[in-house]
Amino acid sequence: MNVLVCIKRVPDTGARFELTADAQEIDTRNMEYAISPHEECAVEEAIRLVEKHGGSATVLTLGSEAASEQIREALAKGVERGVLLETDGKEWDAGATAQAIVEAIRATPFDVILFGNECADAGNYQVGVRVAQQLGLPCVTGIKALEINGGMAQAKCEVAGGWEVYEVPMPAVFTVKEGINTPRHPSLRGIMAAKKKEIGRVKPTQPNVQLLKKRLKKPPERSGKVEILGQGKEAASAIVAKLKELGVIQ
Amino acid sequence: MILAVMEHDRGKIVDASLELLTLLRSLAQPMNATVNAALMGKDAETIAPLLMEHGVTKVYLVQNERFVDYAPEAWAKGLVHLIGAVRPKAVAAAGTDRGNELMARVGANLGLAMAANCTELRPGERLGVTRLRWGGSLLEEAELIGEPKLFTVAPHVVAWEASPAREFSIKEFHPSLEEKDFRVRVVKRIESEKAGVSLPDAKVVVGGGRGVGSAEGFQRLEELARLLGGAVGGSRAATNNNWRPHSDQIGQTGVQIAPDLYIACGISGAIQHMVGCKGTKRILAINKDPEAPIFSRADYGVIGDLHEIVPALIDEIKKAKAR
Ligand SMILES: Cc1cc2nc3c(=O)[nH]c(=O)nc-3n(C[C@H](O)[C@H](O)[C@H](O)COP(=O)(O)OP(=O)(O)OC[C@H]3O[C@@H](n4cnc5c(N)ncnc54)[C@H](O)[C@@H]3O)c2cc1C
Ligand SMILES: Nc1ncnc2c1ncn2[C@@H]1O[C@H](COP(=O)(O)O)[C@@H](O)[C@H]1O
Repeated sequence: MNVLVCIKRVPDTGARFELTADAQEIDTRNMEYAISPHEECAVEEAIRLVEKHGGSATVLTLGSEAASEQIREALAKGVERGVLLETDGKEWDAGATAQAIVEAIRATPFDVILFGNECADAGNYQVGVRVAQQLGLPCVTGIKALEINGGMAQAKCEVAGGWEVYEVPMPAVFTVKEGINTPRHPSLRGIMAAKKKEIGRVKPTQPNVQLLKKRLKKPPERSGKVEILGQGKEAASAIVAKLKELGVIQ
Repeated sequence: MILAVMEHDRGKIVDASLELLTLLRSLAQPMNATVNAALMGKDAETIAPLLMEHGVTKVYLVQNERFVDYAPEAWAKGLVHLIGAVRPKAVAAAGTDRGNELMARVGANLGLAMAANCTELRPGERLGVTRLRWGGSLLEEAELIGEPKLFTVAPHVVAWEASPAREFSIKEFHPSLEEKDFRVRVVKRIESEKAGVSLPDAKVVVGGGRGVGSAEGFQRLEELARLLGGAVGGSRAATNNNWRPHSDQIGQTGVQIAPDLYIACGISGAIQHMVGCKGTKRILAINKDPEAPIFSRADYGVIGDLHEIVPALIDEIKKAKAR
């Protein structure tokens, strides 16, 4: 079974962030980068599918040369091959990203193509759906369980009050939500092995952008005036007094 | 005309759909446009009268004998046919999982962009939108090209308000669909039997993070939540370590909570965690690090080791309740 998983490099913002002066990006000086969480689970799912059914997994990202760091991370966990669709690092909208992915993989058929439900930064909720549509493949979004049996895949989505179950013919596209599995950490051996793995590079040309980003801005935050109720276990009675004041306990 | 795609579960409307109508009315007014609605799925027709109360002048019942449970390709195709027939200036759904998926499919189908999770709309040749990024930790101002404009509206951003329409009609629409359009569909629904208060509905939430240290450590948090009639949640550190199931994760890639009180224990206050507690009335943070960022986002703070504070608090609450 050949599995493709698409990931995106995003800043690991932690507790605070600032914007660049032109308000186009998060100021990422002194910031680490990560794979979006849903996609970390998609990578894990790709590795598990190959462990179970044989074949090989490929990881793909569209981004700057720096994004090869995230490809290496996936390779270290057990993905076999990496593909970097190399850009100058400026953000592409979802339509353009999907177009580039489709062009890059059209010649190589995959049995399963995995995406995150949405990327962490832009949150477009659509690249996977667009790729599936252009390739004419069935697509289930936001899945939290996947079972493959012969030519059919069963996928489950968590909804209010329970689960919805889909059954689709393969090959198929799935967009994954965090919680489908617990991603592994790379082993030392995996990290060493990843250094020797090849990363294929392609320079896609950017199609027309239809959603034009103008600027980013921070939403108003909770006004932070904290009232310190005390220190250590002696604070327990002060907390109870506050709980009463708030009507949480009578 | 602006077309609103309504979301409902077997005739029970989703609140976010009413919020969508409220926002679309304010977009339609300066454009001199009306708001129409598209309804699909089992028992859809039962909500038509409610839509009139919310300013919808015409409802399109998009019908097919196989429109019972959700079948994304068929539903999207039905919408695309309707769009072709009635030519709206804009088409929008609520920014739920389903709404985002449907609109993404419509966009893919028509070769048009789709702006997900908008919070503000500015009419014009290019539609100006403000939309959520990072699950709401950041906003983006953008312009959308093409026609019709396709977008979804972020839930819980505007409160819905009724505003009855002066005229109202219902029209059936039968898109031509084939067997293959139904290859992706819900084949089964499983009800989950979950005991206790659910996290999104809880009035009190006790949250635990890396500071809790272990799955066993959460037992005291469970006890505290029980005493307060609340539910337990956690940070990604807690779920990634398998101390809690992922369904308990609060934040950008987990659930959104909106309790009266959130007691956050051993949680540093990362942006992606805090964005899940935006609807929370009061936050009480228990953390041993006085510099922890959560203290600048909390209303009340206690500095110290949660492994001492939580048991002492449980004892103190029991005493208070015994009195
Ligand atoms: C795209 C993206 C999406 C994400 N989505 C989510 C999400 O949905 N939800 C989420 O929670 N995170 C999410 N994260 C992760 C987030 O950035 C943080 O890494 C995470 O929230 C940290 O969890 P934490 O506060 O428990 O751990 P830490 O940041 O390690 O903080 C632990 C805190 O516990 C305190 N502490 C330690 N021991 C004790 C003790 N004995 N008593 C009292 N205090 C103690 C420490 O002082 C510290 O402040 C996401 C990250 C990214 C990049
Ligand atoms: N630049 C990119 N490179 C590779 N995959 C991407 C990229 N952007 C988005 N994706 C994939 O598409 C999913 C949905 O992204 P989006 O539609 O932008 O929210 C992500 O979770 C990724 O799996």
